[in-house]
Amino acid sequence: MASDLLRSVRELLKRYGKPEREVYLDSENSGLVLEEALEEMLQVYREAIGHPSITNRPGWEAYEALYRASERIARAIGAEVEELAYTHSGTEANNLAILGLAKACGVSRRKIVVSAIEHLSVIFPAEELAKAGYKLIKVPVDEEGFVKLDELATAVDRETLLVSIGLVNHEIGTIQDLKALVEVVKDRDEDIIFHTDAADALGKVRLDVEELNVDMATFSSHKVYGPKGAGALYVRDGVKLEPILRGQLSAQRLWPGVENVPAIAGFGKAVEVLTSRLDEYVSHMQRLRDMLIDGIMDNIRWVLLNGPHGGRRAPGNVNVSFLYCEGEALTVELSMHGVYVSSGSACTSRALEASHVLLAIGRGYEEAHGSILMKVTPMHTREDVEYVLEQLPRAVERIRSLVPIRGG
Amino acid sequence: MGSVSSRIPLPYSPKVIELFRNPKNLGRIEGADAEATAGSLACGDMIAIYLKVNKKNEKIINAKFESYGCAANIAAANILTEMIKGMTLRKAWQISWRQISDELGGLPAVKYHCGILAVGALRRAIRAYYKEREKPSWLPSSLTPEERQTLEEEKMMELLAKRLRRLSAEPGR
Repeated sequence: MASDLLRSVRELLKRYGKPEREVYLDSENSGLVLEEALEEMLQVYREAIGHPSITNRPGWEAYEALYRASERIARAIGAEVEELAYTHSGTEANNLAILGLAKACGVSRRKIVVSAIEHLSVIFPAEELAKAGYKLIKVPVDEEGFVKLDELATAVDRETLLVSIGLVNHEIGTIQDLKALVEVVKDRDEDIIFHTDAADALGKVRLDVEELNVDMATFSSHKVYGPKGAGALYVRDGVKLEPILRGQLSAQRLWPGVENVPAIAGFGKAVEVLTSRLDEYVSHMQRLRDMLIDGIMDNIRWVLLNGPHGGRRAPGNVNVSFLYCEGEALTVELSMHGVYVSSGSACTSRALEASHVLLAIGRGYEEAHGSILMKVTPMHTREDVEYVLEQLPRAVERIRSLVPIRGG
Repeated sequence: MGSVSSRIPLPYSPKVIELFRNPKNLGRIEGADAEATAGSLACGDMIAIYLKVNKKNEKIINAKFESYGCAANIAAANILTEMIKGMTLRKAWQISWRQISDELGGLPAVKYHCGILAVGALRRAIRAYYKEREKPSWLPSSLTPEERQTLEEEKMMELLAKRLRRLSAEPGR
């Protein structure tokens, strides 16, 4: 099977050459890496080859590179260097936060509260704890994806171990009023641990863990246009956490195995670049985002915007549903013309389920199946967006022309 | 439970991509002798099959399709209409989803249901053809597994959609 797949992919690569123009808007799944981050990585690969916890000169160099990254990330989020734990992805960091806390805290508190629109790397570990006897509550959101304060207030109590709510939603870009959510929880009981998946927030909004008053926060390198293969968990000094993997510890306590030092170095550099130019990048992304949304709404019929408008939406996030147009087919059609996007359709998921985020904001199945997610980055240009707007109407029209039922 | 983080188009065979790009037999047949749909918009998966049949020898003269679904869905419906042209209804009845998958150069495992849905739609169309005619002995009176599975998928989606509507109608949502 694997070799069939490989044959197919090689044949496809041979048959379909590189499109003349390519616009990569699928940074939800993978993506562009900042030049500065690449350079930093190359330098570490070449010059800091050691193991960061072994005491020889190459090891000291690796240790220094690791801590240079930590200083950059800590500074950007308002934390101390010692409060960062590295993993190899945001998924791992979310797992560490949830499962590691449950492991450390025993059976004294048996309730976990998450929002209905969390990333699956939050939802799945929480569901695993539910199977082990924890009570799991998924707090509903409104039609724009904002967590309802009163529902959250009712959900938390003195039995609650953990609340996990993402600062910026990865699919529909909702920027939560997290400070208010934390306040509601801490008012109820200040010993409840508050974790936020901030992978989609870093580099998109101003962020300070002290000001937000969160206990843990997840970050992911590829979401800040750093390399894949690095994630971080901020763990406030004093929060008890147990490692969830076993093995030889290296320079840190919570994730055994040797750190991916070059990737972490690239991660740190990307964070530094993004935060130092935050205002400039945010307004650039907002401009392109709104140009893309307006262009779609003005030129294509039967479209819904998923998520909020304007300042309460992540600056790069565009998520729209094209009715009577199956999303997966649209992603394939667009990819033939060099426009790379993803979809919340059941067809693109390996489990064949429609996006739980879109269903949670009240979208129907048909609307979820026709959804397309595009993320513009600081590296995109007006010309990129113009090209996408040129390709989209024709692609949507073609997929709609195949459908047995016509809209309108 | 949803599954967002794996929202990556699956690697398709070159044949699937080719048929997706340049479909044959796309559209309706006006005055078709039989037609049927399987799946629904809510499933995100729907196939319509149209047949023109020579009533003397019961051979399929023309077959067309329409599709709402992923690239594999479109390719499966498309290849099926190619395969059955010139076949007797009896022979067309026997085509399995596995044959469709093979003709497409192998469907990914999670896309097998696209082949099943195409077979389900075709068998419904063949049953529709015999609705007003004398049923041949080879046509089973009970549903075949492919037809049952098609029906189950439709029913399940109906239930899920109902539950979702109920949930979103609840106060506080």
